[in-house]
Amino acid sequence: MLESTLVLRVWRTARPGRDRPGFEEIAVRVDRNADTVLDAIERAWAEADPTLVFRHACHHASCGTCAVRVDGRERLPCVTPLAAVWNGRSKLTIEPLRNLPVVADVAVDPAAVLGRLAALRFPYVRTVELDVRKAACPAGDDDIGLAERFEDCLECLACVSACPVASGDPAYLGPAVLAAAQRIAEEPRHADAEHVLDLAGGEHGVWQCRSVWACSAVCPSGVDPAGRIMDLRRRLLTGRPAAPAPAAGAAS
Amino acid sequence: MRHGLLDSARRNGGPPTAIVIGSGSTGAATAHDLALRGVAVTVVERGEIASGTTGRNHGLLHSGGRYAVKDPESARECIAERDILARIVPEILELNGGLFVAVDEAGLAYGEPFRQACAVVGIPTRDLSGAEARELEPALSERVLGAVEVPDGVFDPLHLCLAFLATATSSGARVLAHVEVEELVVRGATVEGVVVRDRQTGRRVRLEADVVVNAARPWADRIAAMAGLDVPLVPTAGVMVAVIGRTVDRVINRLDRPSDGDIVVPQRQTLLIGTSSWVVDDPDRIAIPADDVELMFERGGELVPGVRGRDPRGVFAAARPLIGRPGDLSAGRDLSRTFECFDHAAAGVEGFVTISGGKTTTARAMAEKAADVACAKLAVDAPCRTASTPLRSYREYYVA
Repeated sequence: MLESTLVLRVWRTARPGRDRPGFEEIAVRVDRNADTVLDAIERAWAEADPTLVFRHACHHASCGTCAVRVDGRERLPCVTPLAAVWNGRSKLTIEPLRNLPVVADVAVDPAAVLGRLAALRFPYVRTVELDVRKAACPAGDDDIGLAERFEDCLECLACVSACPVASGDPAYLGPAVLAAAQRIAEEPRHADAEHVLDLAGGEHGVWQCRSVWACSAVCPSGVDPAGRIMDLRRRLLTGRPAAPAPAAGAAS
Repeated sequence: MRHGLLDSARRNGGPPTAIVIGSGSTGAATAHDLALRGVAVTVVERGEIASGTTGRNHGLLHSGGRYAVKDPESARECIAERDILARIVPEILELNGGLFVAVDEAGLAYGEPFRQACAVVGIPTRDLSGAEARELEPALSERVLGAVEVPDGVFDPLHLCLAFLATATSSGARVLAHVEVEELVVRGATVEGVVVRDRQTGRRVRLEADVVVNAARPWADRIAAMAGLDVPLVPTAGVMVAVIGRTVDRVINRLDRPSDGDIVVPQRQTLLIGTSSWVVDDPDRIAIPADDVELMFERGGELVPGVRGRDPRGVFAAARPLIGRPGDLSAGRDLSRTFECFDHAAAGVEGFVTISGGKTTTARAMAEKAADVACAKLAVDAPCRTASTPLRSYREYYVA
């Protein structure tokens, strides 16, 4: 039942009829107990304003494309229940991610970060954890081969938006790329791990991080970029990874 | 918005031009196919890439096993396309295989016709006892009596579309997102282009082309109606429930006739349980019945008991564009999952093609068929090369 009215305060870019960017209020009917923030944004588009530009595809936190800031915090609106962020009365502010160029309204251009991930040759798939352990014990029976799965990182760039260093230094590799570098060090697959470590230890790499841990706090997928940056520092200093941590992640 | 450049190209001796409506897997693959054959392609998409049916997909890369018994044509298409995608876009696939598991005597009895049907269409199978299946996938129910292994897999729907489009743009295609088709340009009995509204500027823009391919999928009937045409379409939704906790690596299917809640698909750190089937009036407004969500936990739990009682991470549904007539059937499950390309010349309208039916696993084959029909109209005789052309990385879609 769409029993409540939610006022979205949405960031809008300039366009004919709107001289400068700014917030615009769009009221939508919602079911506070069942709807997600993305449901509300989609309804604002379908029923109130077809000119609203936002990204969405999978609706279950797998594709990463819908990331925005909800009341100032980076979130995937597709898995953010309204009930978790809205008291039923106040307005809900929807803004584009920070530290990335805005394409229009709340959609940003991920090209700079995706270009860096591509340059690292960061693979989209990884070996599943159970099989990493199996591979470490060659006595095991593995005639079925090692199972693979998509990486935890959704490339949603919430971490880049939350990072205080990225906001001051556009050349900083940033949490998503450094987390990918750590994954390559951990499981090189086809990438050149040595080159990647050199890059991570370079001028715009892990030593720029100020250990604010905002990236790890907002990651919707449990990647823990800050923890991985610390692991890269350890590897660069000692040539060895940090002591193994228990498998982290939204999955645990 | 850049326009008018490609549109007048042919009159000046440039390449033939095509407009593809929709950037789901079908539209994206069709743009790629046409661009490889030297056609100057413009994709128009009313929202974002894959923001319709394809994005809200379970991501099950079908071996064809699901359709082998009742719909062998679809099954043949699936196994052929599964193997092609494994060659051209391995980057975004989890190729861990799948199990069809029997959890009751009826399922066991279904095993024999299932294996025979798979053999007929060329899907390789391996028989497993219940214990062998649980050794491969310890999270399976104790009630699993036996299983058949098939080469199912998992794909990432958004990134599949982006990979097709990245490759298409590298061949010269252009993609216009956030433009909605409001009219078909019809002169005499020929479709000569589209009028789109740019959602960012509010402006209406006329785009002309030698052929228009309608890959709007569950919205295809609305587009065809703009030329007074009718396409047989039954938009059929199905619910998917994502739960955190990836406890299986293979796709788990119930060994039986397709029914509600009979697939469990691993994806990243989650399992997706699906699906159900109901006909919707409006693909833009799909209300998910709470009972269907409950049913997914109940039925999915019979295969992988650990999913029961978990909080859903995401609940989603989109309309599949099945071929048929509303009212033919009460539900869409019995409609074939195969695809069809409608050359509207048969109804007296030239320059306009609709591709309908099918599924994301077979998007490349659907695109091949649509591009064959379009190229015949354009007098382009270049053969389809998509089955052997590796796709570019999805990241290149953004990093042009």
